[in-house]
Amino acid sequence: MIGTSLESLWYGFGVALEPHNLMFCFIGVLVGNMVGVLPGMGPLATISILLPLTFGMKPVAAILMLGGVMYGAQYGGAICSILLNLPCHPPHAVTCLDGFPMTKQGRGGVALGLTVFASFVGASWGITEMVFLSPLLVRAALQFGPAEVCSLMLLGLLAGSTLARGSPLKGVAMTVLGLFLGSVGTDLETGSERYTFGMTELDDGIELIAIALGLFGIAEFMNSVNQVAPINTKYTHVTFKDMRPTKADLKRSFFPMWRGTIIGSLCALIPGTGPTIASFVAYATEKKISKHPELFGTGLIEGVVCPEAATHSSVQGDFIPTMSLGIPGDAVMALLLGALMIQGIVPGPQLISQHPDIFWGLVASFWIGNIMLVLLNVPLIGIWVKMLAIPYKFLYPSAMFFVCIGVYAANNDFFQVGEVVVIGAFGYLLLRLGYHPAPILLGFVLGPRFEENFRRAMLISRGDLGVFVERPISAVFVGLCVLLIGSQIYIRMRGSKPPIEPSLQPHGNAAPAISAELRTPAE
Amino acid sequence: MRRSNSLVRDLIGKRDFYAGGLMILLGLAIAIKGTSYRAGTLMHMGPGFMPTALGVILVLIGIAIAAASVSPAEGGSAAEEGILPEHPQWWAWFCILLSPVAFIFFGRYFGMFPGTFACVFIAARGDKNATWLGTFVLATVVTVFGVALFSYFLQVPMPIFTLGGGL
Repeated sequence: MIGTSLESLWYGFGVALEPHNLMFCFIGVLVGNMVGVLPGMGPLATISILLPLTFGMKPVAAILMLGGVMYGAQYGGAICSILLNLPCHPPHAVTCLDGFPMTKQGRGGVALGLTVFASFVGASWGITEMVFLSPLLVRAALQFGPAEVCSLMLLGLLAGSTLARGSPLKGVAMTVLGLFLGSVGTDLETGSERYTFGMTELDDGIELIAIALGLFGIAEFMNSVNQVAPINTKYTHVTFKDMRPTKADLKRSFFPMWRGTIIGSLCALIPGTGPTIASFVAYATEKKISKHPELFGTGLIEGVVCPEAATHSSVQGDFIPTMSLGIPGDAVMALLLGALMIQGIVPGPQLISQHPDIFWGLVASFWIGNIMLVLLNVPLIGIWVKMLAIPYKFLYPSAMFFVCIGVYAANNDFFQVGEVVVIGAFGYLLLRLGYHPAPILLGFVLGPRFEENFRRAMLISRGDLGVFVERPISAVFVGLCVLLIGSQIYIRMRGSKPPIEPSLQPHGNAAPAISAELRTPAE
Repeated sequence: MRRSNSLVRDLIGKRDFYAGGLMILLGLAIAIKGTSYRAGTLMHMGPGFMPTALGVILVLIGIAIAAASVSPAEGGSAAEEGILPEHPQWWAWFCILLSPVAFIFFGRYFGMFPGTFACVFIAARGDKNATWLGTFVLATVVTVFGVALFSYFLQVPMPIFTLGGGL
């Protein structure tokens, strides 16, 4: 088993090291890192904007590049959070807590250097996990019938929506909305049109890219326009020399780094708990076992490396269920899966055996890409830091063009550009009403497959809903769903917040003070 | 703690009340439209079964969200935000939404170059510190690079200049 995995990995390196694949992987991490640094551009927006560029590519090159964009944006986001106290991506929210105070003490460079190192350690562990666990998972998943697939999807959707940011109830509402949006268009089995209102352009369903760019592009721009404080460049003079940690720093961050890595990989194994939860849990754990928890939030290196290692370990680990089961854990994974589907590849347990070049090439490219990122981030830090100064007023109009042309290029049709306007406006309304639109994407990508498997399961069981609890594997998944909902209700009834939130509470009042400081002009 | 004597007045300030309400309306619309498609039986599901069920679930969740906002237990929710942000940016929102519309119009009838220029120009006007010159320069730069990238390099099939195309 281990032998075959290593052999496949070797083959994967062969695929990933092909010159044009290597080039696209490099372009991916470079652009991802570049855009990720920019304040206000998270991985979701970055991947959505770059998705259209991959339409003309071969599937392997496309997924390698998009994967690179994703973890590249994670690395870039850390720079923005540590130096500016602006988390562009939710997992980085905890990195700011100790990263920005370090910057204020003039140790931002050290924080960045160790972050890059911790990220690499976390990612490497996550990739190793992927190499050995995915084939095992696939072997189990090949036994699944429609009923099992269905209840597993239900578990994934529930976990993805209730464990993410914000109110669980609202998360579920967004998932249901996403499932519905996925059902728009021609019904696969009967061929009848649903919710098209006579518009033939909607026969093929709503374009994934229109949803992604509407929700994470236009809605986000509407949210940030004229609201973004001018960037304070007071602390952003970081050079290569500043990044060298002292021996004491290295010693202090060694164990937190590994604890973060382990926490991240455990979180990745639970469906639906993505990098955000991993980083929060890692920070809370580190604070709990520390000898001086009161110093957290004042610029401790442990508080930076532990969550960053956890984030990266969990991001790579999240690829396991996405690639081997076809069930994404969060919106970023859903988007990558959607990109594969656009290329005509059916996600699911058969992916690894049918398209070994995609899976093993991707795994190998993770390593190559992460090494590239370390090389890019350490010596070239000065360039990235300069990019922080690009004002938002240049950024969002340029991004609007990418949104428009990207949606157009998906089908060479202006109708989809109209879709993106409507979705964007609606997405902003949802944001203002306190909904986080990410689960919509999750529901949208899984929707058609969920419906198909549900119908098939019902056909096989002759309309008996009991099939979901009678089959043992499916019953376990359903049981976990019930447990999940039950625990949410229990937390609600007790009136206490989920355990990960209190860790942020003591600093909650510090955040406005810092942002107020950011708003004051540099002079 | 703020105490209000009328329940209605209490509700108007609650964002979650509207959030739930929106889901109820959406769910109702989905479910009602869904009944016009064949529902079938559980064994042989028709096209209308799943969407209708989803609509009903959405209504129930909407009711739960709205109800939670009314219940006094939730009264102490921290940082109750309004539906509109502190400084509403109607002009900027209008510009952002108009920009793709301009892209559609100019792109369809005049080609990629004018479409791109209009798209970036209008979006950039949304910034409160935008100057005419700055906007013009930004739009020109993005247009030149954008057309080069998408038309020449990525071969997106859209004429650079055209007159009355698509008419």
